[in-house]
Amino acid sequence: MHASLPDANTLIAQLAAAIAPSLTPETVIVGIHTGGVWVAERLHALLKCATPLGTLDISFYRDDFSRIGLHPQVKPSTLPVDLEGRDILLIDDVLHSGRTVRAAMNELFDYGRPATIRLAVLVDRGDHELPIRPDFAGLTLTVPNHQNINLSRLDDGHLTLSLA
Amino acid sequence: MNPQLNQDGSLRHLLTLDGLPRAILTQILDTAESFMDVGEREVKKVPLLRGKSIFNLFFEPSTRTRTTFEIAAKRLSADVVNLNISTSSQTKGEAILDTVDNLAAMHADMFIVRHSQSGAAHFIARNVAPHISVINAGDGRHAHPTQGLLDMFTIRRFKGDFHNLTVAIVGDVLHSRVARSQIHALTTLGVPEVRVIAPKTLLPTGVEQMGVKVYHDMTAGLAGCDVVIMLRLQNERMKGALLPSAQEYFKFFGLTPEKLAYAKPDAIVMHPGPMNRGVEIDSEVADGPQSVILPQVTYGIAVRMAVMALLAGGSAT
Repeated sequence: MHASLPDANTLIAQLAAAIAPSLTPETVIVGIHTGGVWVAERLHALLKCATPLGTLDISFYRDDFSRIGLHPQVKPSTLPVDLEGRDILLIDDVLHSGRTVRAAMNELFDYGRPATIRLAVLVDRGDHELPIRPDFAGLTLTVPNHQNINLSRLDDGHLTLSLA
Repeated sequence: MNPQLNQDGSLRHLLTLDGLPRAILTQILDTAESFMDVGEREVKKVPLLRGKSIFNLFFEPSTRTRTTFEIAAKRLSADVVNLNISTSSQTKGEAILDTVDNLAAMHADMFIVRHSQSGAAHFIARNVAPHISVINAGDGRHAHPTQGLLDMFTIRRFKGDFHNLTVAIVGDVLHSRVARSQIHALTTLGVPEVRVIAPKTLLPTGVEQMGVKVYHDMTAGLAGCDVVIMLRLQNERMKGALLPSAQEYFKFFGLTPEKLAYAKPDAIVMHPGPMNRGVEIDSEVADGPQSVILPQVTYGIAVRMAVMALLAGGSAT
């Protein structure tokens, strides 16, 4: 099927170009750990966003906690500015069920009441289980349920998409 | 087999730090670190334990421990019920289990147990349904694991790690469940030198076998220390004449600025509370720049959140 996936860096550049016109001074870019933070770091630099980057670990908001417990490595969430009235640009690497994004939105509202939240993902692979759609997607494709799309980062910071 | 662990090695109950592997202690401390910022947000709550019922079963009075457990549970969105059960109305064994069975019938998910008898939390843990977890919040002279953990969290926050530290525990080790939990945690986490400083009458026999160096003199014992942990002089447990007087104790073992000067200049001073000012610690030290006694209280909330979250979560994977 999709034996080779497009280069992640090219996709991020395209994503940045698509997002750029809608950026406002109130925009705060927030990446979801771990892959979403990598993409958010790139977008933050490409878009020359003046507001510091935010990161979110949604482990405490997951809906499967009572089944699988706490993620073994929870990272702190860091939101460097007050979210009250801000335009949030939420970033994740892959959109699948939509449950991560739901958890992330719940967490954001515990920090304040943003004016808007928009979603940008590197890959939208379909099979959504919730009424959540991206506002910006680098790539949209259909992948059989048993396959995973992974974003990985090499030691030199290079990002690669793979299908397994 | 350790009754505190599930077959896959994850935490089932928290009863004592004795015998818990370093990986579990580190996991709890790391998880607590990520709970730290929850207390500083607009909404000081995460939905992790929504719908869970946690019962604080206090058979012995406590203010700080019970309150911080309650706050921790509420920040995890659990429902908390506080029960202060006077031991005088209890006839031990059977009656405790009756209490527990009744609460289990009210669909309890977790018990936090404080009792004046060593082993009470173990006893309850052995007799609860598989989905119920038990946290020992202090049993007799035996253990107070969450206090030990929050002390380790405090040390790690101020000193970075455990590998080059000299830590002194000063005072009534004999009656102290806190000291036992601290000693187990410090040695498990790899602190190279743990000292206890106390008069002979306030040390349990064979304390050296726990891997500590024993001192009976503050000058020698505090020399070169990075961390000084003061213990509360357990007046209420002091039956018989172990000490001449509180004044005499303060003269030899009370932490004053002069005695603290023997430790390293950047040494931190800890105390599990409640303090007896002018007995084991001088106010000038307790309120001084090296004291981290109030941060200990704040960190206690994050550490207790971490323990509850790790116990309450499933482990299907």
